[in-house]
Amino acid sequence: MTDNVLEVKNLTMHYMTRKGPVSAVDNISFSVARGESLGLVGESGCGKTSIALSLLKLLPDNADIKQGQILINSKNIVPLNYAEICKFRWKQISMIFQAAMNALNPVYTVEEQILEAMQEHLPHLSEAEMNQRVDELFGLVGLDPKFKNQYPHQYSGGMRQRAVIAMALSCEPDIIVADEPTTALDVIVQDALLKRIRKIQEKLNMAMIYISHNVAVIAEVSDRVGVMYAGNLVEMASTEAIFHRPIHPYTRGLMSAFPSIVGEKTKLVTLPGEPPDLLNPPTGCRYHPRCPYATAICSQEAPEYREHGAQHFAACWHPGGEA
Amino acid sequence: MTMQTNGITVSTATHAPLWRIRLRLAWRSFKSSWATFAESPVGLIGLGVIIFFGLFALAHPILMHTVWDSATYDPQMGYDMEIAFHPAAPSVRHLLGTDPLGRDVLSQLMYSTRYEFVLGILSAVVTVVIATTIGAVAAYYGGLIDAFLMRLADLVIMVPFLPILIVLSSFTEVGMFELALLIGLLSGFGGNTIVIKSQALSVKVKPFIEAARIAGGSDFHIIFTHLIPNLLPIALLYMMFVVTSAIFSEAVLSYFGLTTIKMSWGIMINTAQTQGYLLRFDTWYLLIPASLAITLLCAAFYLVGRALDEVVNPRLRSR
Amino acid sequence: MEHSDILVNIQNLSKLFPVGGGIFRHSDVFVHAVSGFNLQIKRGESVGLVGESGCGKSTTGKLLTRLLDPTEGKIEIASEQGVIDIASLRGKKLKTFRRNVQMIFQDPYESMNPRLTIYDTVAEPLNVQGIGTITEREARITELLETVGLTPAASFLFRYPHELSGGQRQRVAIARALIISPLFVVADEPTSMLDVSVRTGVMHLMQDLATNLNVTYLYITHDLAVARYMCNRIAVMYLGKLVELAETEELLQHAQHPYTKALLSAVPVPDPTYKRSAVEIKGGISKPINPEPRCRFYDRCPLADDSCRDNPHPELEDKGDQHFVACHKI
Repeated sequence: MTDNVLEVKNLTMHYMTRKGPVSAVDNISFSVARGESLGLVGESGCGKTSIALSLLKLLPDNADIKQGQILINSKNIVPLNYAEICKFRWKQISMIFQAAMNALNPVYTVEEQILEAMQEHLPHLSEAEMNQRVDELFGLVGLDPKFKNQYPHQYSGGMRQRAVIAMALSCEPDIIVADEPTTALDVIVQDALLKRIRKIQEKLNMAMIYISHNVAVIAEVSDRVGVMYAGNLVEMASTEAIFHRPIHPYTRGLMSAFPSIVGEKTKLVTLPGEPPDLLNPPTGCRYHPRCPYATAICSQEAPEYREHGAQHFAACWHPGGEA
Repeated sequence: MTMQTNGITVSTATHAPLWRIRLRLAWRSFKSSWATFAESPVGLIGLGVIIFFGLFALAHPILMHTVWDSATYDPQMGYDMEIAFHPAAPSVRHLLGTDPLGRDVLSQLMYSTRYEFVLGILSAVVTVVIATTIGAVAAYYGGLIDAFLMRLADLVIMVPFLPILIVLSSFTEVGMFELALLIGLLSGFGGNTIVIKSQALSVKVKPFIEAARIAGGSDFHIIFTHLIPNLLPIALLYMMFVVTSAIFSEAVLSYFGLTTIKMSWGIMINTAQTQGYLLRFDTWYLLIPASLAITLLCAAFYLVGRALDEVVNPRLRSR
Repeated sequence: MEHSDILVNIQNLSKLFPVGGGIFRHSDVFVHAVSGFNLQIKRGESVGLVGESGCGKSTTGKLLTRLLDPTEGKIEIASEQGVIDIASLRGKKLKTFRRNVQMIFQDPYESMNPRLTIYDTVAEPLNVQGIGTITEREARITELLETVGLTPAASFLFRYPHELSGGQRQRVAIARALIISPLFVVADEPTSMLDVSVRTGVMHLMQDLATNLNVTYLYITHDLAVARYMCNRIAVMYLGKLVELAETEELLQHAQHPYTKALLSAVPVPDPTYKRSAVEIKGGISKPINPEPRCRFYDRCPLADDSCRDNPHPELEDKGDQHFVACHKI
């Protein structure tokens, strides 16, 4: 497994709050290989964004990585300080944020902002090379280079998100983390952007982590999918296996609760209850209060996250609903 | 009107009367706000200082009725015949000495405190009532009403405070009460209105305002049940800063002799100045106690305001 | 369609917003947010109004609830007092009529006053309209909270919105909208802010209420997949105009308008093996500011030709089986 660009081992992260620690990420391990697209899906508060922020060490001050390693190109970034981590950002790992307007500085043109990132991290390039690279990046994300001297507010929502992607790609990162980049966009714009992101990722043979709450979007962009629930990674397998042969009851529930406009109009399943409060998570398996298959052991001991068939991982005492 | 519509049957409710529940809810929300407030040491220090001055003010009438005889210790009319030369330095008889007119400084200081409170709080209340009403109305109606009220606010901001007061004091008496009203009016119509209006604008566009309109709520109903209650926390915050500025303004104005206030901390400094004792180290007791009191009480309200800011706009929202 | 079945009859509804201008100066440039909108909604039916942001669907919702005053057109509602055009109602009559039309909002975090308890929020329509005594109101609120799945109601009555989860809040919002037994409810994206696992429950609740309490919905959404489950019919809107209207499955299977087709093929499918057809339209959505008198979709349409440019925007036409399409080319 030397081709893993990113490896996360037993990551546990808490947010310290007034009311006590919030266990946002609980003992999560996964890896992403070069050229692979990993989708992370889950509901709000399941810890998917916390993972993204941990990978870039962009966590707020009250976050505390309790244990675990984050290996980017085999180097553990958890103990690194601010100056050291800055060398990693952009060049080895970069991020596309959900709110494109906040990621862009309104007082500089889009070109200036991309150039700034490059000057910082690719100092060996000449000015002409950099300018040429900006044009290439604009072409790559499907923006007309004639817009590069404009300010972010002159762009439409879709264009802004493309500009943010161009910026994230500017220093040729090995891995890119995309956190809900299309959520605020309309379907037609979203569709174009999703196709573009997928194409770029394949063309540059880059590793990508795509985070979304939208199961359908994840189906479109990922090779492999991880399903998160209440700070746990509950299931991870190839996209095809997750959608057609899910074994964790939560994954199954999520799939059958998600409406689609194609195919038979099946009855949507309602999952009972609500996601737990992570200040005080349920004992044992965190899904057990809502799980139809839960037995005594589920409330006592957390299930081990292990392989149930080829590259199909899950953390469940009753995988596939069997006793 | 029958309540059986929609096939919902009526059952009798079984909880405590509404007013008692509301009281309990108010107490609970006060407790949680207090917990946030108490986390800030500056807020507690400020509150401590305010409480100290409160007790200080309360102690004065008690002392006057018990240990201090009014002929000697009255803050305005008193004169200590047993001391030959005034001002006299602090002694056991006069802990903070006497002023050039033979009156006890400590007694003056304590007596003035209650008026500083009345002045500060009265002008703050006037400010908040005006600023909240005007801000809410301007934000809610917009258009011409908004334009008129905001130009009025601009005008008030531009009004030069001191010259107005000089003119006013030349043909009317500006006492403590008039001064409080004046400060309240000026700061209510001016900057505070603009701050509160901007907050009101952000509340006005919330869907719950639209929901109230769809329910059939009148403008009056919406302004008073939805808009203003959401402005009160920030209004309370600005109230603290108005108290500070009111006490401070009074001191400045009294020092310049622009008011007809008989006794206040500002007047004490004014007396020291008019009698020619302002910049003398040996008569420090004429100047320092009053100045210190002004500084401390102003700072205390300011600190409480800072801590309230944390309650009103928490930076770490616990979700 | 039997005429007596029609609850809401919207005729030629338009709303223009002036661009620029001010208090003393009138603008002659307008955004045609909604123009020439016609729709009949039957009693007990749920109609979905679907479109991209900026297409005028939310403005339509605000016109129907009279949060905005229509520039022209009629909104006739068949109430107990007979058919009344609410487009021009004012003052006391409007206030009384508001009992018949209520709204459920998108954002459960912002649609409730954070300083009011659940009881006060749900009671507001009753208080404002002066319906019932305090005891009657309390009893009714308790019953309705249980109906929307907040049990036991007593444990929710005196909580504040921030103490509830998103799904619970949206249930409170539904209860508030239904407390005065409206004939017609405009639901503006009521589930788009909710998580998948909670959303289905709220969707089912709204459907159950439609059946049990005979509520008629206009369901405004950008999500066709949700509309499929919630609506009997779907109306597709583009730049202030309806472009297609049909029974839900008919529309999804046999869309005819090129915009509807594009919209349908752009919706991601939760099945990695499913291959969607390519989206054929070009460009992005613009604002309908003083639009040219031609088909609003002309600039982006793959079928457009000179006749689309030279003729005014096409009217909705029945292409059979109550499938209405507004297109010159079909």
